[in-house]
Amino acid sequence: MDILRVVNLGVKVGRRKILENVNLYIKSGEVFALFGPNGSGKSTLLNAIVGNPIYEIYSGRIMFKKRDITNISTDKRIKLGMGIFLQNPPKVGGVKLIDVLRHCAKMGGYSREKIFEFAKKLKLENCLYREINNGFSGGELKRSELLQIMLMNPEFIMLDEPDSGVDLENLALIGEIISDFFERGKDSNHEKSGIIITHQGHILDFVNADYGAVIYDGRIVCIGDPSDILKQIRKNGYERCLTRCLREIK
Amino acid sequence: MSKGNKVENMDEFQFKEVGLDFSKKTSSGAFFQEDLTIKELVSFLDGIEIISIQEAIKRYDWVLEYLGKPFEANLGMKIKVNLDDLTGYFIRSLPNTRVDLPVQICFYLKNVRRQKTYNMVVVEEGSQLNIISGCLSHRNATGSHVGSTEYFIKRNAKLTFTMIHSWNQNVRAIPKSAALVEDNATFISNYIVINPASHIKANPMACLNSNARATFNSIIVGLKGSYIDLGVKVLLNGAGSCAEITSRAVSKGGNIIARGCIIGKAEKTRGHLDCKGLMLSNHGQIHAIPELEARNPHVELSHEAAIGKIADEEIFYLMTRGLSRDEATSIVVRGFMDVEIKGLPKVLRSAIKETLRLVEKSLF
Repeated sequence: MDILRVVNLGVKVGRRKILENVNLYIKSGEVFALFGPNGSGKSTLLNAIVGNPIYEIYSGRIMFKKRDITNISTDKRIKLGMGIFLQNPPKVGGVKLIDVLRHCAKMGGYSREKIFEFAKKLKLENCLYREINNGFSGGELKRSELLQIMLMNPEFIMLDEPDSGVDLENLALIGEIISDFFERGKDSNHEKSGIIITHQGHILDFVNADYGAVIYDGRIVCIGDPSDILKQIRKNGYERCLTRCLREIK
Repeated sequence: MSKGNKVENMDEFQFKEVGLDFSKKTSSGAFFQEDLTIKELVSFLDGIEIISIQEAIKRYDWVLEYLGKPFEANLGMKIKVNLDDLTGYFIRSLPNTRVDLPVQICFYLKNVRRQKTYNMVVVEEGSQLNIISGCLSHRNATGSHVGSTEYFIKRNAKLTFTMIHSWNQNVRAIPKSAALVEDNATFISNYIVINPASHIKANPMACLNSNARATFNSIIVGLKGSYIDLGVKVLLNGAGSCAEITSRAVSKGGNIIARGCIIGKAEKTRGHLDCKGLMLSNHGQIHAIPELEARNPHVELSHEAAIGKIADEEIFYLMTRGLSRDEATSIVVRGFMDVEIKGLPKVLRSAIKETLRLVEKSLF
């Protein structure tokens, strides 16, 4: 069963077109790794999928679980089973992390106790009563995003650079939890699907992605085995990786 | 001093509207005035005295000498208090009495055109007193409430005074207050406006002696048609005294003026003013006027002021957690109003939390 289908998507901010004619098809249980240089449109794609109003869709549509969600509000998309881990979550004055977690737990059908259990697992007990994202370290920000996602327990999760700016210890903790979340390490039916944006690919040491895609200059230019793509990018950089992809397509 | 377990004549009114609960379980005493008539005076504890101001003048010679003193100290000029028709309360905590349960006060405006009150609070040396004062009006009331309150907070004493206003749109309220905070004493003043479709002009003042501390927190909500002018003024008169003024103004069409003034007169005094405004509508206005005045080179005074609307990215972020736009706005506003008030007993903290819930309800 397909969980996400992006068809001929065009996205702009103001007058500037960022994505053009993007097509993506993700089946239930599949994990996609999304690569691309800075400013290529990776985060824009995730923001458009989740319905960030800053990003205007000027062409195409987004189907989630066979439902057209192109024009519905963010909260409705979330309630359909979508979750997003933001790269740069904003601070919200006066709102404590625990206040938001209560809503997340409610969404995921978890009890209050689960908040503390997961917070302990992510070493965030000391942040629960602090203003959300205010003064959090890089690692705390990532773990806080992950904690919220875990409590919401969505079927489809989009992770925007979960491995950027974190030390090795945090990376291992985050990586293992994301792997568990996708049930990748277990011999089980993979029911959860998602997209992971990564620059360095460190997160892929923990999570086995099924496919990799390269987004370049607002278009998806290559889809293939994620470890092959990553190898090419590491070896040749994006430009040469792109040339090689195009040659293979021809 | 009457000592009943039940406060009579009060059940017909919606006291919960202003967070009041007169039961013995939740209060240490109560005062209730309807229009110009005192309907109830009761103290549940020996260390707390609650009588009318007229009775206090008869009982204690010194009360007459006290009248007007805090206003004089704050304004630097002689004040004459008119003794005719004085109505209001006199609350006194005896030396070294420490009570967490608040005295609950209510002024109710129903039929008169002008409800004028004069009140005095004396917190004797080493004692701690908490007071919640709710002021509300009948839905058909059309008058004005003019209240003057003077506080005497003696050496090493502490007073927490929480005033909650809930008026209808035809009422004008002009509450004035002045505090004399003696050496090492603490004054915490909280002012919350719930139903603000009215005209309010409030001027609380405090004059601080050596090493005294004062904290003023105000949460003001202005709906369409309301005009609220709040001006807090603190005079740091004694060495080592310090003050903090925090105001949170939310306008949903109302006009709000949030003034704050700290005057550093003595050595080693410190003061900070934090004035924030949130515009929830294209109408209305918030005017923040923070003022600092140093009359001594050895003072530390600072302020921060900011007015704006809720950032779109904050709303979007909360919506990615499954909250609707209204729920997200509501949680941000609640967070905006959630001023951290240090040194509050648990019972008072819950009362304020409940009041803020009502404020939020009035907005959405």
